[in-house]
Amino acid sequence: MPVVLEHLGKRFGDGAPVLDDVNASIAKGEFVALLGASGCGKSTLLNILAGLEQPTSGALEVPADGAAFMFQDSALFPWLTARGNIELALQLADKNAGRRSSKAERSARSTELLELVHLGGAGDKRPHELSGGMRQRVALARSLAQDRQLLLMDEPFAALDAITRDLLHDELERIWKETGRTIVFVTHNVREAVRLGQRVLLLSSRPGRVVAEWDVTEEHRTDAGSAGELTATITRRLREEIRRHAN
Amino acid sequence: MPTEQDVLTVTEPSEHITSPALKGNPEDLRDLEAGLDKLQSDVQRKAGIDWSRVLLPIAALVVLILVWQFYVSLGLKRRDLVPGPLDVLGQMGVLWSEGKVQESVWTSLQRGLFGFLISVVIATPVGLLLAQAAPLRRAFGPLISGLQVLPSVAWVPAAIIWFGLTDATVYFVVFMGAIPSIINGLISGVDQIPPQYRSVGKVLGANRLQMALQIVLPAALPGYIGGLKQGWAFSWRSLMAAEIIATGGSIGFGLGSLLDQGRLLSDMATVMTAILLILAVGILIELLVFGPVEKRLLQRRGLLAGGTR
Repeated sequence: MPVVLEHLGKRFGDGAPVLDDVNASIAKGEFVALLGASGCGKSTLLNILAGLEQPTSGALEVPADGAAFMFQDSALFPWLTARGNIELALQLADKNAGRRSSKAERSARSTELLELVHLGGAGDKRPHELSGGMRQRVALARSLAQDRQLLLMDEPFAALDAITRDLLHDELERIWKETGRTIVFVTHNVREAVRLGQRVLLLSSRPGRVVAEWDVTEEHRTDAGSAGELTATITRRLREEIRRHAN
Repeated sequence: MPTEQDVLTVTEPSEHITSPALKGNPEDLRDLEAGLDKLQSDVQRKAGIDWSRVLLPIAALVVLILVWQFYVSLGLKRRDLVPGPLDVLGQMGVLWSEGKVQESVWTSLQRGLFGFLISVVIATPVGLLLAQAAPLRRAFGPLISGLQVLPSVAWVPAAIIWFGLTDATVYFVVFMGAIPSIINGLISGVDQIPPQYRSVGKVLGANRLQMALQIVLPAALPGYIGGLKQGWAFSWRSLMAAEIIATGGSIGFGLGSLLDQGRLLSDMATVMTAILLILAVGILIELLVFGPVEKRLLQRRGLLAGGTR
């Protein structure tokens, strides 16, 4: 089990807890969609998994080498080219692992990664010259460059148009199958969760807690009817969860 | 067991709810993706020389000189108090043939640039350190800001007492002008870094030094360049002030000295010549050094679109 959360809680200062008694375990190579309404602490949970924030209570087990992270906006460094961004990640990852890598090696690996996200020809472009979808693909390549088993994704496709998003879903699925990464994918979009996840975890709001989970089977992936049913069920549950806060 | 590909071909794509008609043949998808990439990325534009950048400043200069000449030819003031453009040009020619123009420009420029470069070397690590370490910044930040506001000419008397009439005096005053300004520019550049860059750096596993050199410094570069520009302006101004006040001894003959000499001889044409030379050096450094560097920097980051640069 690369990721285990036990009674995990988080509060900022004296405020109400953002996360409370979160329990979950994620297996190696699994693709988990973490679903919740806006402001339910999804991102906080992801930040804790990434080590960017510390939990205030409970226990947390994550891979010792940390996690790769993909943000909602690509967060590419504007002073580097697409290739430069990936090579920086490679360089830092190698230094941390105590490896020494030559510039040529890194260049070869960044070429491979760019090919993997179908951006072989755009390596020398700067982030501002790329479209939103292309930037997210570079960001994906950069997070793969970190070479960590666990990949955390914080609504990475939320700001993209529908056509690009559908494409990136296919692309992410392909890359997940090719690389065997463990992926935790945060989203507030039920269809996206069902489309991508093998398992969907629903996080309640204020405090955030895992209140329900569904397995997405092969049948859901191939049969439109059962996929629609599952989407409807999850949507109902999510709305129920949000309505609780109405009064 | 059928692979996913097999299943996909028997299912009508339009029946997919979770992933619409798109999910299909991988080749089609790649073409679609390539099409989107083409449509959505910028077309490269290569511009030739933009003549308005060259001609407009020259036109502005010509207009100013004509206005000056017109005013002088009205004869409202004595010619030795307000010399015309031609008088100044003539005086500049005389000073040139005496070698004074070359000597003073060279001396001042050399000191200015050397003093500025040393200031950069000192101020950059100090600025990074202050920007990255909160206690240090809280302790020394106000002092640095105060030093930036303090006119560096105020250090001239102290410098003369400590170092006498030597080049050390001039450099000391330049340092006191430039260093605080560069430090503050760097700090404000660092303050404007989107916090996400640091998060990315942390996720990528950068340690403190790598964070400072590979993420914070390049991210802060636009603000840093602004600080350098201001630092250069402070060096150049401080240098002129120091040269005007401290003359003689082993201090060489700079533009400030030329200016002071003109004042002593009540020679307005020499004074105007010196002022114009000081101005010209400032303009040239901006046009040849800071302008191109800044433009390139902003262009590469996509920050120039819509600007008036």
